[in-house]
Amino acid sequence: MTGYRLSSGGLVDRSQSLSFTFEGRPLRGFAGDTLASALLANDQLLVGRSFKYHRPRGIVSAGPSEPNALVTIGSGARTDANTKATVAELYGGLTANSQNRWPSLGFDVGAVSGLLSPFLGAGFYYKTFMWPKQFWERVYEPFIRRAAGLGRAVLEPDPETYEKSWAFCDLLVVGAGPSGLMAALTAGRAGLRVIVADEDFRLGGSLLSTTETIDGGAASVFADRAVAELQSLPNVTLLSRTTVFGWYDDNVFGAVERVQKHVAEPSSKHVSERVWRIVAKRALLATGAEERPLVFGGNDRPGVMMAGAMTTYAERYGVAAGKSVAIFTSGSAGYRTARALSAKGVAIAAIVDARAESGDRAPDGIRVIRSASIVDTKGRQRLKGIVVERSGFEELIACDAVGMSGGWSPVVHLACQRGAKPIWSEELQAFTAPDVGGGLRPVGAANGVFTLAGCLSDGAEKAAAVAAELGLNVTPAAPPVVDGEETSSFVALWYVPGAKSKAFVDFQNDVHAKDLGLALREGFGHVEHAKRYTTNGMATDQGKLSNINAVGILAGMRGVSPAEVGTTTFRPFYTPVSFGALAGAARDEHAVPARKSPLHGWATKNGATFVEAGLWYRSAWFPRAGEKTWRESVDREVLNVRANVGLCDVSTLGKIEVFGPDAAEFLNRLYCNPVLKLPVGKARYGLMLREDGFVFDDGTVSRFDEEHFFVTTTTAMAGPVMAHMEYCAQALWPELEVRFTSSTDQWAQMAVAGPKAPAVLQQIVDGDISDDAFPFLSARKIVLKSGVSARLFRISFSGELAFELAVPAGYGEAVADQIMEAGRPHDICAYGVEALNVLRLEKGLLTHAEFDGRVTPDDAGLGRMLSMQKADFIGKRLSARYGLTAADRMQLVGLKPVDADKDMRAGAHLLKEGTKPSTLNDQGWVSSAGFSPVLGHAIALAFLKSGRERYGEKVIVFDKLRDQEIVAEVCDPVFVDPQNMKLKA
Amino acid sequence: MASLITCPHCGVRPKEEFAIRGDASRGRPEPMDSDEAWHDYVYVRANPRGRTFEHWHHIAGCRRFLVVERDTATHEVYSVVDAVEFLQRAER
Repeated sequence: MTGYRLSSGGLVDRSQSLSFTFEGRPLRGFAGDTLASALLANDQLLVGRSFKYHRPRGIVSAGPSEPNALVTIGSGARTDANTKATVAELYGGLTANSQNRWPSLGFDVGAVSGLLSPFLGAGFYYKTFMWPKQFWERVYEPFIRRAAGLGRAVLEPDPETYEKSWAFCDLLVVGAGPSGLMAALTAGRAGLRVIVADEDFRLGGSLLSTTETIDGGAASVFADRAVAELQSLPNVTLLSRTTVFGWYDDNVFGAVERVQKHVAEPSSKHVSERVWRIVAKRALLATGAEERPLVFGGNDRPGVMMAGAMTTYAERYGVAAGKSVAIFTSGSAGYRTARALSAKGVAIAAIVDARAESGDRAPDGIRVIRSASIVDTKGRQRLKGIVVERSGFEELIACDAVGMSGGWSPVVHLACQRGAKPIWSEELQAFTAPDVGGGLRPVGAANGVFTLAGCLSDGAEKAAAVAAELGLNVTPAAPPVVDGEETSSFVALWYVPGAKSKAFVDFQNDVHAKDLGLALREGFGHVEHAKRYTTNGMATDQGKLSNINAVGILAGMRGVSPAEVGTTTFRPFYTPVSFGALAGAARDEHAVPARKSPLHGWATKNGATFVEAGLWYRSAWFPRAGEKTWRESVDREVLNVRANVGLCDVSTLGKIEVFGPDAAEFLNRLYCNPVLKLPVGKARYGLMLREDGFVFDDGTVSRFDEEHFFVTTTTAMAGPVMAHMEYCAQALWPELEVRFTSSTDQWAQMAVAGPKAPAVLQQIVDGDISDDAFPFLSARKIVLKSGVSARLFRISFSGELAFELAVPAGYGEAVADQIMEAGRPHDICAYGVEALNVLRLEKGLLTHAEFDGRVTPDDAGLGRMLSMQKADFIGKRLSARYGLTAADRMQLVGLKPVDADKDMRAGAHLLKEGTKPSTLNDQGWVSSAGFSPVLGHAIALAFLKSGRERYGEKVIVFDKLRDQEIVAEVCDPVFVDPQNMKLKA
Repeated sequence: MASLITCPHCGVRPKEEFAIRGDASRGRPEPMDSDEAWHDYVYVRANPRGRTFEHWHHIAGCRRFLVVERDTATHEVYSVVDAVEFLQRAER
């Protein structure tokens, strides 16, 4: 093949020359070219290496079905791998490189695997690399991954932006060829809201590359006029460069619009790609038909191309695929290409027709060889000749390109994406769209109409029918007059017998006809099995060219109709969609928003180190000058809270306001402990169960007045508890008069803990907060001396005399500053969640490290909270099950190391002394552990079989992950101040 | 699964706004009902092919629990009502 630019013709703009590079080689093309047409015009035939055998490959198609011409476009962070050169719009400054070759495209070491090909048959990975087993990870897999790669992703962050949009319309037209444009014109003129989407950068589809004329002019002129009229209609939206990739429930379509993939320097004002979700009352599938390759010996030699693609390159791009072109066809389309090329002055070497006879007209003086086939091709990196076989005689014919045509398949992918299978038509010798109802109907070539005039009138009629269904009376416009009408008959030819070298079915995955035979012999003859056994149709092109031939070959070998073989399953996406487009704007902080407490500024000022807890950033500890490790800071904070006073941000706890005459009854049914009689002005610890009797969440319940409660949840369960309450109120007990709302973000809440807490807070709060006036578990609305309305709770998660003060979020930082100021003479410190955790650990107080979904209240030592006198509460009934009350359940205990310098970590398992680690010998696990600065050694909370009876016993703390084993003594889980002297001091 | 759900309070909304809780067709047993009834309610779930009633929580909308009547095979949605209305209908 010798590609070159024809001296005239085509729809490219010859006044606009564009420079680009391929493999570093500077080349030139025209505006309106694709990368593929520009490469052909520069006689760049070799564009890639095949996946398995590393065979040289050239451009095969002129559209999205391209299996070979996959290139990497761009550089640095703006690198797009695996881009089809046949759909990539050429722009000035484009840089493209081939893939899957080493060290260079022309000389590829991997091509020796072609010599090994007898050993690389279908299923060879499964058979060859089975043993020795350890070789898989260390030898085979890295080798295969290096050898069989496509383009490489880059590691730099993507600098482009993306977005997602919704669109709504009466009629979506998928494809802007003759049928699509006529449908859009008819519906648009009738006033329907129409969206036309086409993957090409120029609308017109086959009108841009046909030799037929419409109304006496070029078909492309008709297309341009139609597009201009559609653009003038306010009710019509034209989306070019937009691929409709999926059809989803409720007639919702997914489409990706490549907004700025065709410019060298994308503007920051626009996104790079946009994903559309199009809600369409009706849709027409005007996606045309795909020409079938022929499966003959040596059919993958660069220079062998689809006949229709050759026409397209000549008519639309003014590029000839060769100087001497042979045609191999089983239908009229090959003749059509021969006439088109001949008219452009391209020599036709011969037309090889698989059929014995036909009425198709060859260009004058061109030799037609009937009942013949190509059995081999000559040349290496470019085609030099073909071996034609007829009646047992072989003849070598010199040529530099072959246009092949094996008939047509309607493009019905979208219609098959929701479960319906395509239907085999004996008459059309093709799979056609299934009847999927009125929402999506095929039209034109996608509907098996293969003449231009037929497509134009089918488009107009189908659109008029849609308009009628939507209540508009429309007469379809008289279709324009077509001259030089081409017919489109063919005989299906799945496999060309007598191949003298490999006859490829799937170019991209290197599947040849014999692989399918092997699959059938080895019991993988079902189309879905054959696909996976041979990898036919599993490459990035999803078998757009290969699947139909694979079905035909399997049918032939099994002696059945293609209808019986059927097709593999169609799924979105029709063509690959970039992850960037699918992610849209949901990137970085837009995908995972950062939740910051109202006291975040206060914590930052005080030097906090933050830790991510879900979406929240929580202050973990507050290092001071001279502290070298986090432990030093945490130990200091803990000791200071126990000795003086500390301030901790607890705003992230979930907060829910509950109102209504039945609020008390509602909460009484949600918590396992009694809430009904909670006095106004009091708070209470509360435990929620799941219906299966295990602990769901814990928190506090406070009552501000008869019909106003305030409940808190743990930080992590704020959302699930809210949803649970909504479910109970709406779906279980709608008769209860109760309303509630989350106020988590409305309040800044701070714990002020330690023996000096009252002295500090009294300077801020208006009113007496002494132990007499504001005893333990008080909960009241108060006013600060500054005039700020607030809520004060006498509750503690540290075992110290403590308060929690809540102020409206906006006042949080100012009030926290005030408290720090008032606390300075009392040696106040800020403390974080690490110190909070140590403080609660020393007191045996529980978090979701303990409440892991397998723990009952009794397991956690809270069995007395279960109020079985209540008529009902969530989890009551299944709490009484035998399995949840058995004496040998894992129960909460404390652990202290026998050697005080030994460490313990959460996740370790417990064993009896003298036993070996095994599932059978497992006695429990460590749920939380840490260093107690008060005691001066490690402490842990653990769940131990019948643990409460085993205080004093020694157990092994077995930590396989850290290869550590220590002996610990089982003890009461309250390590510090077991009499709670400090709490109520 | 449907792409769009017609919420009785918010109108046509994309399915991403909802969280699906599961079977809405059986009520919570009475406290004194049999062990079997409670076991079934808490643990046993059918996985029917065809028409089902499910609780869908409109978490990114009105935060109401809705009952979506739909076909698990064809994905067709037959009706969407508020959970309270569903209960009232069941009582009638």
